[in-house]
Amino acid sequence: MTLDITGLRVSIGGKEILRGVDLRLQAGRVHGLAGESGSGKTMTGLATLGLLPHGARTTGSIRLGERELLTLPPKELNQVRGGRIAMVFQDPATSLHPMLTIGTQLTEHMRHHLRLGKAEAKARAVELLGKVRIPGPEEAYGRFPHQFSGGMRQRIAIAIALACSPEVLIADEPTTALDVTVQAGVLRLLRGLCDELGLAVLLVTHDLGVMSAVADEVSVMKDGLVVESGPRGRVLREPEHPYTRALLDSLPDAELR
Amino acid sequence: MPPLARFLIRRVLLAVLMAWGITLVTFVLTNLVPGDPVAANLGQRALGDPAIVAQWRAEHGLDKPLWQQYLLHLQGLVQGDLGTSQQSHRPVSQDLAEFVPATLELAGAAILVSLVLGVAFGVIAALRRDRLSDHALRVLSLVGISVPTFWLALVAFYVFFYRLQITPGSGRVDAALGGAPAVTGLQTVDALLAGRWDIFASAVGHLITPALVLALYTIGLLTRFTRSAVLEVLGQDYVRAARAKGLPGRTILFRYVLRSALVPIITVAGLAFGSLLSGTVLVEAIFAWPGIGQYAYKSATTLDLPAVMGVGLVVGIVYLVINLVVDVLYGVIDPRVRLQ
Repeated sequence: MTLDITGLRVSIGGKEILRGVDLRLQAGRVHGLAGESGSGKTMTGLATLGLLPHGARTTGSIRLGERELLTLPPKELNQVRGGRIAMVFQDPATSLHPMLTIGTQLTEHMRHHLRLGKAEAKARAVELLGKVRIPGPEEAYGRFPHQFSGGMRQRIAIAIALACSPEVLIADEPTTALDVTVQAGVLRLLRGLCDELGLAVLLVTHDLGVMSAVADEVSVMKDGLVVESGPRGRVLREPEHPYTRALLDSLPDAELR
Repeated sequence: MPPLARFLIRRVLLAVLMAWGITLVTFVLTNLVPGDPVAANLGQRALGDPAIVAQWRAEHGLDKPLWQQYLLHLQGLVQGDLGTSQQSHRPVSQDLAEFVPATLELAGAAILVSLVLGVAFGVIAALRRDRLSDHALRVLSLVGISVPTFWLALVAFYVFFYRLQITPGSGRVDAALGGAPAVTGLQTVDALLAGRWDIFASAVGHLITPALVLALYTIGLLTRFTRSAVLEVLGQDYVRAARAKGLPGRTILFRYVLRSALVPIITVAGLAFGSLLSGTVLVEAIFAWPGIGQYAYKSATTLDLPAVMGVGLVVGIVYLVINLVVDVLYGVIDPRVRLQ
C-alpha cells in the first residue's frame, strides 16, 4: 500500500502552514521527514489523519491506495484512523492516558475496528507487548503508564499503533523525548517492524542523526515546502539544496560518518 | 492488602483523628463566646438569686474547670450523649435526630441536582465553546454564582407559591397527609418505604423549590469549573492520540476526557457542598423547613451551648465525610493516587 500526498496546502487563520507538499510513502520503506521547528513536518503528519486543529483549511490530495482521504466522510475517516493509518506521538508521558491501564489502551480500538471479543483482544495485546519487547507482557497488561520508563512507554505506544495492523505508521518525533541511550532501541524496533510487517513509515524528526540511522528516503522541509527529496545516501552525502547543506553542516562531524 | 484498601484505611483513620479535633474546636469556640448562658436561660428574678444561679451552674456542669468540662463532654460523646438542650429540655441527640434528616434530605437533593446539571452544562459549554449555548450557559452560571441565596429564596417563594401557585408552600409535606412513619427520617424515602405515593408526591413537591434555590449557586460553580476542566483536557496529547486511534466520539468523551476532568470537578464539588450547608440556614428559615439550620439559629441566639456544640459536631462530621468521599474518589479515579 502506498500513501501519496500531492500538493497539500494547509492554512490556519489565513496563515499558510503548508504550501504544496508532495510525499510518497511505500510499503516496507521508512520515509524520513526532516526540517527545523515550524517547517510543517508535524502538520503534514496530522493532516494525513485529519487531526489538524480547529479551523484549518486543507486542499490538495492525500491518497491511501486508491482512496482519497481528504474528502472522506467523518465516519469513514474514523475507520482509517487507527485502523489503516496509525500514529505514534512525540512524548509517551503525555500521549498515553494516565488513568487507563495499558491493556485498555491497547485493546479498545482493536475491539472497535476489528470487532474482537475481550479475550481475543487481550491475547493479541499481550502478543504485541512481547513483540515490542516489554518484559512480562502478561503483568504489564494490567499496569498503568506511570509504572513504566519513558522508553518502555514509547514501545507501548508503538504497540498500540500497531494493534489493528495498519498499513501506514506516522511517527512524529518518536525518540525526541527519550534518553539518548534508549533512542537507538526504539529506532531499531521501528525499523524492524517496518521490514517485518511491510509498513509504510513516515518518520518525522528534526534529528538528522536519527534519519541517517533508519530512513530509506529522506525529504527536507522548509517553510511549508519540501525542498529536497530522494534516497537517504544521495540526500545526506550530495545535497542539492543549500538549505539541506546548511542543515548537514550544522551537525557535529562524527555523527553522519 | 490491595492498594485501594490500604488507601481507604489510612483515610478513615485520619478522619477519626480529625473528628476528635472537631470536638475540641467546637468545645473551645463555644466556651469562648462572650455571653453568659446563665443569663440567657434564667429569668430576671432567678438571676437575682445566687442560690438558683449556683444550682443551675452545677446542674449543667458549668462550675467545674474547663478541661474537666471537656473531658466530661468527651466521655458523654463516646457514649452517644450530647448533653441536654437548655431550651427544649430534651437530649441534644434526640433533637438532632429530628432535625438532621430534614436538612440531609434538602441538601442531598440540592447536591444531586447540582452535580447532574452542573457537570452536564459544563461539558456542553466546553464542547460548544464560543457558540450560542456556551454563552447562554455562561450567563446562567454567572447568575447562579452572584445572586444571593436568601434573595432568591424569597423571590422563588413569592413567585412560585404566592403568585403562580404552582408549588406548595412551606414545610416538608402537606399537613393534611400527616407524613410517613419515620424510618430514615427522609420524607421521600419513608413515603416510598411505606408505599404512600401521595405523601411521596407531596414531599417531592415541597422539596423542589428550596432544593433548586439552594442548588443554583453550586450549579453555577460546577458549570464553570467543569467547562474549564474539560477544555483543558481536550487539549491534552492523549485526547489527540485517542482521536488518532479512530475511537468514537462518545468513548473519547466519557473514557478519556471526563475521567481526567473529574479530578478538579470533585475537588470543587466537595468545597461547594460545604458552602451549600451554610446556605441551608437561610433557605430553611424562608421555607419553614424544620432542619438543622433553623435549630442552629435558635440555639445560637439563646446560647444553648450543648445544642450549639451538637450542631457544630454534626456539621463538622458532614464536612469530614465529604472530604473523605472526595479523597476516596481521587483514589478510585486516579491510579497514581492509590498506587503511591
